Amino acid sequence: MTGASAAARSRLFGGRVGIEGATLVLFAGAIASYFLFPNHLALLTQFLVLMMFALSYDLLQGHGGIVSLGHAAFFGLGAYAAAILARTGYNDPLLGLAFAAVLSAVVALVLTPIIVRGNDFTRLLVTLGVASLVYEAANRMRGLTGGADGLPDFEIAPVLGLYKFDFEGRIAFIYAFMVFAMVYVFLWRVVTSPFGLALRGIRENTRRMPAIGSPVRRHLAVAYTLSGGIAGMAGAVLAQTSRFASLDMLGFERSAEIMMVATLGGSGHMAGVSFAALAFGWLKDVLSTASPKYWQLGLGIVLMLSVFVARGGIGGLLDHLRFRRSA
Amino acid sequence: MAFIACALRAAFLAAAATASLATLPAPAVAADGKLTIGLVLPLSGAFANEGRQYENGIKVFQKIHGKTVAGLPVEIVTRDDQGPSSGDLARRLTQELIVRDKADVIIGYSFTPNAMAAATLLNEAKKPAIIVNAATSIITEKSPYFVRVSWTLAQAAATLGDWAAKNGIKTAYTMVSDYAPGLDAEKWFKQAFTAGGGKIVGTVRTPVTAMEYAPYLQRVVEVKPDALFAFNPGGDVSVAFMKATHERGVAAAGIKLLVTGDVVEENALVLIGDALDGVISVHHYQIGLQNPANEQFLKVHKELFGADDIPNARAVQAFDAMDVLYRAVAKTAANLDADALLNALKGMKLDSPRGPIEIDATTRDIVQNMYIRRGLKIDGRWQNVAVETYRAVADPGKTPPK
Repeated sequence: MTGASAAARSRLFGGRVGIEGATLVLFAGAIASYFLFPNHLALLTQFLVLMMFALSYDLLQGHGGIVSLGHAAFFGLGAYAAAILARTGYNDPLLGLAFAAVLSAVVALVLTPIIVRGNDFTRLLVTLGVASLVYEAANRMRGLTGGADGLPDFEIAPVLGLYKFDFEGRIAFIYAFMVFAMVYVFLWRVVTSPFGLALRGIRENTRRMPAIGSPVRRHLAVAYTLSGGIAGMAGAVLAQTSRFASLDMLGFERSAEIMMVATLGGSGHMAGVSFAALAFGWLKDVLSTASPKYWQLGLGIVLMLSVFVARGGIGGLLDHLRFRRSA
Repeated sequence: MAFIACALRAAFLAAAATASLATLPAPAVAADGKLTIGLVLPLSGAFANEGRQYENGIKVFQKIHGKTVAGLPVEIVTRDDQGPSSGDLARRLTQELIVRDKADVIIGYSFTPNAMAAATLLNEAKKPAIIVNAATSIITEKSPYFVRVSWTLAQAAATLGDWAAKNGIKTAYTMVSDYAPGLDAEKWFKQAFTAGGGKIVGTVRTPVTAMEYAPYLQRVVEVKPDALFAFNPGGDVSVAFMKATHERGVAAAGIKLLVTGDVVEENALVLIGDALDGVISVHHYQIGLQNPANEQFLKVHKELFGADDIPNARAVQAFDAMDVLYRAVAKTAANLDADALLNALKGMKLDSPRGPIEIDATTRDIVQNMYIRRGLKIDGRWQNVAVETYRAVADPGKTPPK
């Protein structure tokens, strides 16, 4: 695609969608990293999980304008769904992935009536409340979830019956990458569709959308359900590749973290959000390796600086680069 | 669906094929002429203090015994697992220490979930891991590569239950943190106490990180048992618990407080203060122990960290983890193969600052003295003073062999 038509297309979608160049770099980088860092595959796999989770949240906040402080509820639900299913003996990874996606999507759908109601502040409270309830429920159901001890005792069958998860994490990485690619392409289709456009319309002005005949609540319900399902898939991939599910996957910290990542990435910018997840995960690892004791201090400083240095988030920087080149 | 499955399969085949071409087999690890130890400890967040105790124990050991063993220089790589409920992180850090840093041995795991999450990984990597704390009985059954030098809740709670039944306590109420070690503590205290003729009159489980104990304790005061048995995970949580028992007047109501030793750790006694008065605890170490190893340990600890920095059992556990490892490496003449090291570790006996210890040859778990202590103020300082010793206590919590 030429620069001019890309720019035209991105104008059509509010300057927020067409980032072919950055997306290509992202995928090429992900594939290259497999060969460049064979000793870091476990970490890279977790980056992919974080990216998926961030993208699922970005569909809500970035595109639909729905803020949530409890998105980890779906992430954790997916993780537990995959882990519990594997414990009962159905340990095929794709089956677990599908089960986790469907379960979290259904829960998200059930919750939509209380989420799409109200404004941002009530949503923050409601999502926070729901996430706390899910957390406490998981804590109480010790027989099912292992309570505060987590669920460590399960095996995952080889992918497609052929590729066994190995200790170096090669298959885990490839598996996570495949799921990530599917999620990315799917979300790309969603946000570039008329539905995606309607979502951004809702984000920009909720009151005027009904005036042009757009069913706001239904659109938000669909977005919330999709987002919940994808968050569940991200959780399932984490549980399957690390063979562990625990309460912190449902916890507030993870919800807050993903909100930070989406904001850092530039809301509504898929490549930007993915890069932000990558940067965040990498920074956390580098800092905690450099100083196992004081790394959180460094993380806080970098996050605060990023607000001043990169105002539109990483996505804003990417757009800046692209527009300067094409101009 | 069929199309997707087909496409996935093709993509996977391609990826796996390139993978097998591009990745060379990992070189043999032990051949790099040094002993690399990977540490997985909680070093940030609410349990950072515990992590520091372990690190200090290791520093004391290396100060005394040096940084080479059997001709091998010792390299230590430290990673932060951020406390409990981060099993996936503990597992990844373990994987990275083994793959990236070529660690020959892992020392660490302060918390049960973290050790449990790493178990299957160690089985695949075939690397020994010395558990520095995590005290649930079942952990060592999850991997043949685990060796534990700390203690188990069953070991402590069963000892205390037995002592309580023999010392005029007829009824007891139990209050434990709601996770695996707490359940172990509850089970084994009850078993030993009722076997000795005692009766449990009430049971409650509190959230692992609970800081507010007044409502639970109020209930205990109303029931008025002879004794309250409690376990919680140490650190700030236990300090909050101990202070609450004092404020609620548990002792004033004539209820004897029985706790596992990690609730009244040596370094927390300053904070617990008067709440320690008369409290009976059971542990495998206190600084008042008189033996040559402990004297040397305390002396070097004081030299390195000053008189105000008080070591607790965790520092001794890390000290002993290093001790058993150095001895094992010396015994195998610098052969770092996992099986050789494990064979050297099994059945090992030595004199630790906590007294004589042994690594059981079949369970790979620790056999050690358990001390019944009473909280007393000596020269203006609160201390746990041993009143009775149970010698060579093994972990009673193991699944019996079939």
